[in-house]
Amino acid sequence: MAVILELAIQGAQMFSVLLLAPLLIGFVRKVKARLVRRQGPSVIQPYRDLVRLMRKEVVLADNASWLFRVTPFLIFAATWVAAALVPTFATGLEFSWAADLIVVVALLGSARFFQALAGMDVGTSFGGIGASREVMIASLAEPAMLLIVFSVALVAGATQLSTVAAFMGSPEVGLRVSLGMSLIALVMVAIAENARIPVDNPATHLELTMVHEAMILEYSGRHLAMIELASFIKLLLYMSLISCVFLPWGLDSGGTGPKALAIGAATYLGKLAMLAILLAVFETAVAKMRVFRVPDFLGAALMLALLGTLLLFVSRSL
Amino acid sequence: MISTVALLLCGPAAFLATAILGAAVSRRTFATRLVYGAAFVISAVLTAIVAGHLAGNSGEASATLPLGLPWTGARFRLDGLSAFFLLVVNLGGAVTSLYALGYGRHESAPHRVLPFYPAFLAGMNLVALANDAFSFLLSWEFMSLASWALVMAHHRDEANRRAGYIYLVMASFGTLALLLAFGLLAGPAGTYAFDAMRTAHPGPLAAGAVLVLMLLGAGSKAGLVPLHAWLPLAHPAAPSHVSALMSGIMTKVAIYGFIRVVFDLLGEPAWWSGIAVLLIGGVTAVLGILHALMEKDLKRLLAYSTIENIGVIFASLGLALAFKANAMPSAAALAFTAALFHVLNHSFFKSLLFFGAGAVLTSTGERDMEKLGGLIHRLPVTSFVFLIGCVSISALPPFNGFASEWLVFQAILRSPELPQWGLKVIVPAVGGMLALSAALAAACFVKAFGIAFLGRARSAAVERAHEVDRWSLAAMAVLAAFCLLAGILPGFAIDALSPVSLSLIGDRMPVQMAEPWLSIVPIAESRSSYNGLLVFAFIAISASLTAFFIHRFASHALRRSIAWGCGFTDAVPAAQYTAVSFAQPIRRVFGGFAFRARETVDMPAPGSLEPARLKVDMHDVAWEIFYQPITGAIDFATERLNHLQFLTIRRYLTLVFLYLVILLLVLALWP
Repeated sequence: MAVILELAIQGAQMFSVLLLAPLLIGFVRKVKARLVRRQGPSVIQPYRDLVRLMRKEVVLADNASWLFRVTPFLIFAATWVAAALVPTFATGLEFSWAADLIVVVALLGSARFFQALAGMDVGTSFGGIGASREVMIASLAEPAMLLIVFSVALVAGATQLSTVAAFMGSPEVGLRVSLGMSLIALVMVAIAENARIPVDNPATHLELTMVHEAMILEYSGRHLAMIELASFIKLLLYMSLISCVFLPWGLDSGGTGPKALAIGAATYLGKLAMLAILLAVFETAVAKMRVFRVPDFLGAALMLALLGTLLLFVSRSL
Repeated sequence: MISTVALLLCGPAAFLATAILGAAVSRRTFATRLVYGAAFVISAVLTAIVAGHLAGNSGEASATLPLGLPWTGARFRLDGLSAFFLLVVNLGGAVTSLYALGYGRHESAPHRVLPFYPAFLAGMNLVALANDAFSFLLSWEFMSLASWALVMAHHRDEANRRAGYIYLVMASFGTLALLLAFGLLAGPAGTYAFDAMRTAHPGPLAAGAVLVLMLLGAGSKAGLVPLHAWLPLAHPAAPSHVSALMSGIMTKVAIYGFIRVVFDLLGEPAWWSGIAVLLIGGVTAVLGILHALMEKDLKRLLAYSTIENIGVIFASLGLALAFKANAMPSAAALAFTAALFHVLNHSFFKSLLFFGAGAVLTSTGERDMEKLGGLIHRLPVTSFVFLIGCVSISALPPFNGFASEWLVFQAILRSPELPQWGLKVIVPAVGGMLALSAALAAACFVKAFGIAFLGRARSAAVERAHEVDRWSLAAMAVLAAFCLLAGILPGFAIDALSPVSLSLIGDRMPVQMAEPWLSIVPIAESRSSYNGLLVFAFIAISASLTAFFIHRFASHALRRSIAWGCGFTDAVPAAQYTAVSFAQPIRRVFGGFAFRARETVDMPAPGSLEPARLKVDMHDVAWEIFYQPITGAIDFATERLNHLQFLTIRRYLTLVFLYLVILLLVLALWP
């Protein structure tokens, strides 16, 4: 019985991630539009976009290979599996022991690897420019992310996300300098990884500034829908990660009944809304950087993360 | 009852017989099949024997042959460590021979390859079996010389001759360092058997000197920065299957030498020895992969990436040393097992990638990535297995490169318990370097696969390319399968490595195969666990479920059209991104300190029709800092000493007299 319940919770988390992700994007877009006093599209517009893309035909470049057609499914699967491993409203997922936080980071790395390859498959300059800039950004964001994982793991004594979330919720954590640094670094990495302003602009198709959009320029129809949905899930994943590690309140620690689950779900939605509003405000307030300022931005994240880890090596209580 | 060691010693003997046979018949048409077929059979048999030994956990066995120095004989011994490395050598040798059955047919000068190939394998086998300093050094030199002869196989190329020369100089230097290290270990009594060295513990100063000499001697063969200069020249110069052996296997034999001396013969390590090895490993990893990123020659890129992986292995060994010195055996066993597992994994995917590069070379005649492109259409099977190699080496789950790097990171997370401040500061920095090198490796292999195999063909040779022969494809497919298997079932490898770590560290990682669902749990399940099999299954299931869903409910329509080019239909393949332009953003970020890279744009005067030119100026910093002063000093000294050649007989007699006086004085004053 308990196994069935846990499986159900795992399944619920997996599918709620899938269903919530477009809503989150719609909400961010709506808030951004309202902040610049536009009406903005409805919050469910991303669902309509996805359905519309699914119905359209795929226009494939002449020399696109099998890799180009397989990649959307690989990207989607890797991102979805990664998202399913991050606790959203309850810890103690049935399969959380199959992979830890390092694996989640590496799964996102796999998705990016194939996305960059797909960008180079057709052989246009746009794909190349996107792929080459994406790997440059990743070459700084990924080590920063791993160092953040190190700090969090050293504080919690585990890289297992469920253990980390449970530990972070306990009163013995307290305020720590290293965790503060990790949080700032994680926010910076999340911004870069999700191609948000100031690193990349998700709304642009201007050749010289785009990174993420340049790689997927050749995609259309159902393939594009898969990639878009994967990028929506990625944003949700990072927000879930931030909220389960740094805002662990209200998280259901498993097997405590429907009331705790309901509280977990409600607080989770609240945290998501708060983070989405913060993201929208931040994106409206800052301007996009030049591409070659991005390494400075990410270098700062890397140094912060390294400093946080170093502090923990020096003293476990910092 | 013949002992296992004697059985294993028949292997090198059979290889040497094959070498002599190969020399005799090398110009006949059947020679290629004969030599590689024999090498394949011998390696496969040796692999089976060694695997049986490892699996049966059969302990140690030794033998003494009446060879070598008079009255003492040559000692050989088989223990867990040598069994593991023999497995790496012979498994690699078997797959390489299988590949060479097809690849070797395209060889333009078979008589320069066939005699030396089995000799090279024999040398590597003997190094792993040797149990005294004399046989070790002799086998080591034999291995170096055989591989040197293979590097010089295509000696008419000026670049290859230079590579061969530098390799020879560095190999002699490395052996000199090893000779001195064994001299220190042997002590004043001059006991050159490993068994005697193991019981005689040298003083702290001597132990430190041995460690430094091993880093120089084994490190130069493995390719540690700054001793790596020969490696990216020599490995690509050899025929591709030999490149695979040198990069995938011979560097591991060098690591075997390092482990044998530092972990086994030297006794308890000092805590600072961990710092030295960690730092060198971390720097090697980052610089190696940065060099690889800047490379546009496919085989040189792979050689530089070998340097990166050697750095990862050494960093992990350094961690093991630090833990061992601080009496943390379980953490030391974790770091040590991670290093050995990465040794195995790197031998799989690096051989696979060199085979792929060889297949590209046979079918197009090109190594320069700027002239490749679009090979995924021409070589479908090769590009698929090469892609698996790229994913594995980029440490992406669920393949094997990730499993071993994950273990290394888990070992790093044990290190705050280390008491010394030096280690507390160095370990997170090295952890950051390893994370950086892993991310850069992914970038590097996106570039390697994206430029060479994707996009449109950049030369006519590519458009004429055809898939390579079945032998080569079979060898590559076997290695690709190994990459996946070691990635999804890492528990097998970890458990098989436990006798090695038990004998050298005194502890082992927890038994992995007893874990539910075959996950790997290095410390405790609440702390960290990874299940490659489940991750692989999840990805496969969710990808196929999605594909099923999409094909059931979404539109099926598909139309082929020209690529979108902003209104331009750029038909010129030269307008694609190149290897150099792909690496440009990373060069701008890291090039300043790693290569002292400088870009200058040469703009024509207004109104002039001259093209603008971009010039990139890059330096190999290690070469300039370490090698140029040495060569300069040698030049200077030889120039001075040249005068001694033309003295009169009186002056020579005066010099001899002075020398005698000084010698007697020294003897008189010596305490």
